[in-house]
Amino acid sequence: MSGHSSYIPKSGIERWLDVRLPVVRMMHDQFVSFPTPKNLNYWWTFGGILMLCLVTQIISGIVLVMHYTPHTSLAFASVEHIMRNVEYGWLIRYIHQNGASMFFIAVYIHIFRGMYYGSYKEPREVLWILGVIIFLLMMATAFMGYVLPWGQMSFWGATVITNLFSAIPIVGNTITSLLWGGFSVDNPTLNRLFSLHYLLPFMILGVVILHVWALHVSGQNNPTGVEPKSSKDMVPFTPYATVKDGFAMVCFITLFAYFVFFNPGYLGHPDNYIPANPLVTPAHIVPEWYLLPFYAILRAIPDKLGGVIAMVGAIAILFFLPWLDRSKVKSARYRPLFKQAFWVFAVVCVGLGYLGAMPAEGLYVTMAQILTFYYFAHFLIILPLIGVFETPKPLPASISESVLGPKTGASTTAGAPAAPERN
Amino acid sequence: MAENASTSPEPTRRDFLYLATGATAGVAGIGAVWPFVAQLQPDASQLALASVEVNITSIQRGQAITVMWRGRPVFVRHRTEEEITAARGVQLSQLPDPQSDDARHKANRGQWLVLVGVCTHLGCVPIGTAGDFKGWFCPCHGSHYDTSGRIRRGPAPRNLEIPPYEFVSDTSIRIG
Amino acid sequence: MIRLPARLTGLIVAAGLALGMATPALSAGSPDAPRPANVPWSFSNPFWGMFDRAQLQRGFQVYKEVCSSCHGMELLRYRNLGERGGPEFPEAMVKALAAQYRVTELNDRGEPAERPAEAKDPFQSPFPNKLAAAAANNGKAPPDLSVIAKARTYFRGFPLFVVDLFTGENLMTGPNYLYAFLTGYQEPPAGVEVVEGAHYNRYFPGNWVGMPNILADGQIQYQDNSPQTVSQYARDVTAFMYWAAEPKMEERKRMGMFVILFLIFFATLLYFTKKKVWASVKGH
Repeated sequence: MSGHSSYIPKSGIERWLDVRLPVVRMMHDQFVSFPTPKNLNYWWTFGGILMLCLVTQIISGIVLVMHYTPHTSLAFASVEHIMRNVEYGWLIRYIHQNGASMFFIAVYIHIFRGMYYGSYKEPREVLWILGVIIFLLMMATAFMGYVLPWGQMSFWGATVITNLFSAIPIVGNTITSLLWGGFSVDNPTLNRLFSLHYLLPFMILGVVILHVWALHVSGQNNPTGVEPKSSKDMVPFTPYATVKDGFAMVCFITLFAYFVFFNPGYLGHPDNYIPANPLVTPAHIVPEWYLLPFYAILRAIPDKLGGVIAMVGAIAILFFLPWLDRSKVKSARYRPLFKQAFWVFAVVCVGLGYLGAMPAEGLYVTMAQILTFYYFAHFLIILPLIGVFETPKPLPASISESVLGPKTGASTTAGAPAAPERN
Repeated sequence: MAENASTSPEPTRRDFLYLATGATAGVAGIGAVWPFVAQLQPDASQLALASVEVNITSIQRGQAITVMWRGRPVFVRHRTEEEITAARGVQLSQLPDPQSDDARHKANRGQWLVLVGVCTHLGCVPIGTAGDFKGWFCPCHGSHYDTSGRIRRGPAPRNLEIPPYEFVSDTSIRIG
Repeated sequence: MIRLPARLTGLIVAAGLALGMATPALSAGSPDAPRPANVPWSFSNPFWGMFDRAQLQRGFQVYKEVCSSCHGMELLRYRNLGERGGPEFPEAMVKALAAQYRVTELNDRGEPAERPAEAKDPFQSPFPNKLAAAAANNGKAPPDLSVIAKARTYFRGFPLFVVDLFTGENLMTGPNYLYAFLTGYQEPPAGVEVVEGAHYNRYFPGNWVGMPNILADGQIQYQDNSPQTVSQYARDVTAFMYWAAEPKMEERKRMGMFVILFLIFFATLLYFTKKKVWASVKGH
């Protein structure tokens, strides 16, 4: 949010620096005095949690690279070397492996929170689009990372995903062979995917900085979807949001630690403990759980190119969400029809995930086709129609009113404590 | 917050809570950093490579062999009588790093000298039977070692290091 | 917001029912292989289940005397047998064990020469390489057993895979399968077409497996007074294979317990700090 900076340099050196590079001022304005709506609920803490996930993945990843060998004949053994010989290697590897899943748990909650509360709507369209770009980069990074241990799922996952590109007319096979650096997934493929797996997280970090920038220009949305009217609606980021985010982060880390220490295999696949074998395909290839809904969409279409288009379209359609939802009201709290459509959509996504893990045969294919149709119908038919026909509930006049009830309420004037603003 | 602290009894408890939370966060931070630092240590497979056994029967008087130990060269030199005499005849006060020749080989095995072949200056590998004292000479920055591997002239601060080793038999030594 | 959870719960229940109904159709993975039973391993409990040292030592004996004639364990080193959290053989015993094997290395004249294995050396495989292993075994190399206890599983179905999230029972599917496999040999049922050169195993996907039934009662002489039965041998060697696949399990669980308790304490403190900080904000 614009407005003057409240930063006052305290020491001589801060004053000296402030004139030359006001980095402390920027941090103060963005993360200390930055006004946040006071009615944010815990679903809003996942932005901070995602930042934590990204940093955790980057640090643990850099450390793993110190011990990992990107070569088809050594990769599997070097990962096991990390698990067996390196001091705390097992811990760092499990953090990185489960960290990818935790990252996606957080990002899905973050995305669905944005959908529920209409955070993609004006003036936050660019913020939303940057988020979708981050999501795409995350999927690419996670896929490449999964290839590195060079187990059976790594190898066959890489084979299936790179073959998707061969569906593109005319240039498809050329692209695929450029991805492979050979005639099949082999050592050159492993090396380039490793290189890109190291690069992409830093690109994610770059887009995240833009995402936060865009967020701090438009300000945060809030559960009412009503834009803040005055400073009464807001609290400074520090200490209010800081401590709340901190609490949520530690709770999230506790869940993370449960997986790392007590159930490290739950989110992975046993087949990846079989070294890659180009001659034997596993009976049942499945991607990691977070890609399953898209995998189900891919398989639902009984045509190579059609399946790939549907899968890419399922993600691409998110870019257009701000313009597909025509309603002026943001939050699902005040949109009874949209709220129901949202929950049905959420269940459809979970259902697609389940079907993605099932064999592509019989009833499962039919169900996947129905759910795939619904997935697209949600964006292309249901949302635009709801925008026209829905009668929203009355909106509160301001955030404060939604928290405290209407101004006329007796309790407000009687028992309200002092205003939160301290400065 | 500091202003409030003096005016009401509540803040003391609150300040304690803030302190406790802050301290716990500090502990959590250190705990989280620790594994990431500890992983830099030599790993178990490196530590397991710690010893190497060398057969010394084929080393003639006046000759030396170089073996690998923990990724560094180790010189095993079979010294001639002249070399031993030369090494023993030096006044300790003339040495930059005073050490008697007796302290640099195993008792009653004066003909065998076992040294880590890494110059104590900046880590280059010295050349054998070379230099002003016919011991070793480091070509990088001109350090001269004598036939006991002691630094005599040049920038190196200390004598060539002696690895832990023992004679398994008259014909074989174990380094490490 | 208050009405939402009820709606959400309703939907989840509905989704669950729908998926649950779909489940029977789905066990189509391998129709004739029954689901292995849960074995009460000493390390089953995901929070505090630890290895039984004596069992790991017996398991190593089974591996050494029986399995190792065909299967390697290349990711293990002899020194691992003496390390904390494993069979914990005394150091001298580890050295003596290692010395029973020969390692071929190049000597200083560049010729292959044998020397006794040392603690630092990897477990010596029964075959010089994969091709030789395949050639000696009807064209299919016996799999390496280093991480096989984490590389085998069976489908647990809809309600169980949710339950597994909390019980960690999914981690035991590998050992459960291996035990069931080792004890699952039988005469092929009447009417089943016999596959030449293969053996019938109830639990193997597809039932016909190249590996013969190699365990027999009384075959291995245990030093302690554990029963010398196929069931006991299979249990012991499976426990050993699980340790081989997850050698840091004990360290992981011990450290995990400490970390989780610390995090809960930290979260509690933060919760109260958060409450204090927000106490003065209207509406909270």
